Amino acid sequence: MEGEDRRSRALAAVRALAAIALVAFSGAARADALDDTLTRFLADKFSQSEKAVGELAAEAPANAAAILEALGDNRLMIDPADHLVAVKTAAGAILNARTGTPLQGVDSAAFKKVRVNNAVRSAIEGAMGALTLANPDPERRLAAAEDIFKSRDAKAAPALKAQLAKESDPRVAAALRLAQASIVAVSGAAPAEDCLAAIATLKDRGDQDAQSLIDQIAQKATDPAVKSAAASALTTIHGRLALWGVTQNLWYGLSAASVLLLAAIGLAITFGVMGVINMAHGEMVMLGAYATYLVQILLPPSLEEWSLAFAIPAAFVVSGAVGVAIERLVIRFLYTRPLETLLATWGVSLILQQGVRSLFGASNRQVMNPRFMSGAFELGGLSITTNRLWIIVISALVFIGLQVVLRLTPFGLQMRAVTQNRRMAAAMGVSTTRVDMLAFALGSGVAGIAGVALSQIDNVSPNLGQGYIIDSFMVVVFGGVGNLWGTAFGALMIGLANKLLEPMIGAVQGQIVLLIVIILFIQRRPRGLFALRGRAVEA
Amino acid sequence: MSLTRRIFLSTAGAALGGALALGAPAAFAADDTIKIGILHSLSGTMAISETTLKDVMLMLIDEQNKKGGVLGKKLEAVVVDPASNWPLFAEKARELIEKDKVSVVFGCWTSVSRKSVLPVFKELDSILFYPVQYEGEESERNVFYTGAAPNQQAIPAVDYLMSEDGGSVKRWVLEGTDYVYPRTTNKILAAYLKLKGVPDEDVMINYTPFGFSDWQTEVSKIKAFGSAGKKTAVVSTINGDANVPFYKELGNQGIKATDIPVVAFSVGEEELAGLDTKPLVGHLAAWNYFESIDTPANKAFIAKWHEFTKKPNRTTNDPMEAHYIGFNMWVKAVEKAQSFEPDKVIAAMIGVSVPNLTGGTATMMPNHHITKPVYIGEIQADGQFNVVWQTPGTIVAQEWSPYLQGSRDLIADWRKPMSCGNFNVTTGKCGG
Repeated sequence: MEGEDRRSRALAAVRALAAIALVAFSGAARADALDDTLTRFLADKFSQSEKAVGELAAEAPANAAAILEALGDNRLMIDPADHLVAVKTAAGAILNARTGTPLQGVDSAAFKKVRVNNAVRSAIEGAMGALTLANPDPERRLAAAEDIFKSRDAKAAPALKAQLAKESDPRVAAALRLAQASIVAVSGAAPAEDCLAAIATLKDRGDQDAQSLIDQIAQKATDPAVKSAAASALTTIHGRLALWGVTQNLWYGLSAASVLLLAAIGLAITFGVMGVINMAHGEMVMLGAYATYLVQILLPPSLEEWSLAFAIPAAFVVSGAVGVAIERLVIRFLYTRPLETLLATWGVSLILQQGVRSLFGASNRQVMNPRFMSGAFELGGLSITTNRLWIIVISALVFIGLQVVLRLTPFGLQMRAVTQNRRMAAAMGVSTTRVDMLAFALGSGVAGIAGVALSQIDNVSPNLGQGYIIDSFMVVVFGGVGNLWGTAFGALMIGLANKLLEPMIGAVQGQIVLLIVIILFIQRRPRGLFALRGRAVEA
Repeated sequence: MSLTRRIFLSTAGAALGGALALGAPAAFAADDTIKIGILHSLSGTMAISETTLKDVMLMLIDEQNKKGGVLGKKLEAVVVDPASNWPLFAEKARELIEKDKVSVVFGCWTSVSRKSVLPVFKELDSILFYPVQYEGEESERNVFYTGAAPNQQAIPAVDYLMSEDGGSVKRWVLEGTDYVYPRTTNKILAAYLKLKGVPDEDVMINYTPFGFSDWQTEVSKIKAFGSAGKKTAVVSTINGDANVPFYKELGNQGIKATDIPVVAFSVGEEELAGLDTKPLVGHLAAWNYFESIDTPANKAFIAKWHEFTKKPNRTTNDPMEAHYIGFNMWVKAVEKAQSFEPDKVIAAMIGVSVPNLTGGTATMMPNHHITKPVYIGEIQADGQFNVVWQTPGTIVAQEWSPYLQGSRDLIADWRKPMSCGNFNVTTGKCGG
């Protein structure tokens, strides 16, 4: 009995030792595998780094995500001489990549970054997707699911299935199902029910990616039920995409129209009130853009996000002041001579361009986009860029503001009177010279505001105005000067036509066609769409 | 009366003679500086790219003067501004050669500007050093091309993208500005892609005007073309400051380099200097030089550049290296010919070899093009490029593309007796 007890106890002890040894060895083996993987980075070759990323994704040690994130951020460092692989934290500390403990007594200058190229970056995205699927933060799980949807990595399928079983967040669950569907689509060997489920999920998503994935299922499938489901899904998506495509083009047309409106509305006022062809109008826009640039330099960094709020009144004042100066010094003497006014204002535009060039230099100035005006968001099937949205808002506000001034203020009344019948207005006691000066100031000031908006989407250079003067005249001539609604309508028509033609025949041909159409239109209606009527005007 | 007149005439004559004697050395002194013309746009849409080339020429001339000039004569820079206005380029070229009497001109960027000045250089028999990558299909006696021909930039870039390293790209968008360089380069690339077996529906070609700023539609077309399930890349020959809103729109519409990479041929460190490059990380450019290339020659050049411009963050780029090579070649040819006369310098130029900034040598070949290495670089967050691929050595330029019908039988050789820029090997005749 005692001998047997002793033998069984010895056996148990041996088994325990064996188990411990196994765990220790496998732990060591896993650590060795990690060491082998990290050694690949020491070569600093793209192919080796890509393999290492794949191995980290497959082995999934605890610190894999940290290592991959560092690699993507250019923070994975190597010292080939000392055979060290380290992670540099955002704070600048250098940690051992394998253990995560800080490295003692190493010279940070001896380390160099592990280089990354697009292939390695794609591999990192795919790997991070698989690794962060079980992350406690739902946003990160969502990002991981979307990464897998894009990378279509079949190795992530089991992880997806496991996560879907315990997923609580509905958005993340939907993204996981989409990722599963994309893997099914590219695999080509999936059973029919999986294909049908994939088609249903992708049909709901209904965008171009979904379309191409369902197309792949349709091509690889043999089951007739799957083929017909794919075909019907494709027809639905095709129709939806076509509709959203047209809406998208209309949106682009609207944003192009808002830019045209902003640039042209000041010209409509000065041309309407005074009949003056102001070739320096583009430079008023340019001065507004430079005013924005100056405001951004002069403002303290804490107010950077509000720079546009300061820039709009500054630009209005600057351009308005320059406009008054031009009116008083040049145009006032040339009222009855339109050709001389054209030439004189052309000369003023050259002077202004060269003046800005001498002051600021000929190269482009960088104007920062505030954060609330950067990026884009999805609205249904539309992709809306935020800065374009804000420009539409600004142009609408400017338009409403001008209508208020014209209709509700005494100055506006005087301006309308002078536009319709200058002699009669003078006879009624309106100081036409004062109205002219203020109208020019208003038109130029509004052009300045246009410059603020344009600085967000175009290069700020001394030639900024040259790109918009022709378009402004096109809008004013097409829309007529009787009415601000004419300008708005003209801008809308031209913007929409331009953006609807562009996808069909290209940007250059589109502009040519548009110009020809406007020339033909002017032959029929020389006064434009919304012409003023009345004896004095037609005289 | 006659006495006073004689006295007057003699004193006047003496005074005149004295003045001439005094004036003559001054005239001789004026002949001792050699004038070098700099013909780059300092304003307009191309100023973003060309202004820095004017500055590097000023630095090179300054350096050479410190070494004692050339053949004992000091060099003087004559700078004009053709303002991105192509006809004005021709006028300014004529002014430089006829009025300022320059011995050589370093200038031009866009191919349309080069084509505009060609007749002037041919007529007045002067020399132009053209430092920018271009579409080839040209070899003129009066021009030395220190920029890349398509086989030294465009074709290797496409090869890289087609390879596994570059992403095994299957669908192509050729996006260019509407003028001769992008049109011809895209013709060559379309023929090359067809040769490589890319079907026609996998290639989309778009053109936009100079200074184009509303990229929404174009970028959304690119996005749509890239969602067909095959890996898509954009080959961009967009020139000038239209690049700025283009890259901004790519960032706005969320097109990352890992989805649809853009390889540009006219975007370098200088064009990126005015952009927020964080959303552009991973997009590519193909050049023969990058500022980030680590060689002693390059480090010395960058140090001198920062000292000259007094700005420690002024970037260097490929066309600047081309001017560095071209200027050194001109100096060497002048010393070889012992003369500044254009005919003698042209004859002495072929075979001249100078070191480039990336550790190799550039040699002027009989076709008036130089040998160059090719580098493909990815944009980094700091506006520099990280080299992801390079040729092991330098490549000889093929200025007449073998992929186009009209040029596959043409070669250029300016040595005697051929002395022809477009010799047809099948007919045995020089095109003239």
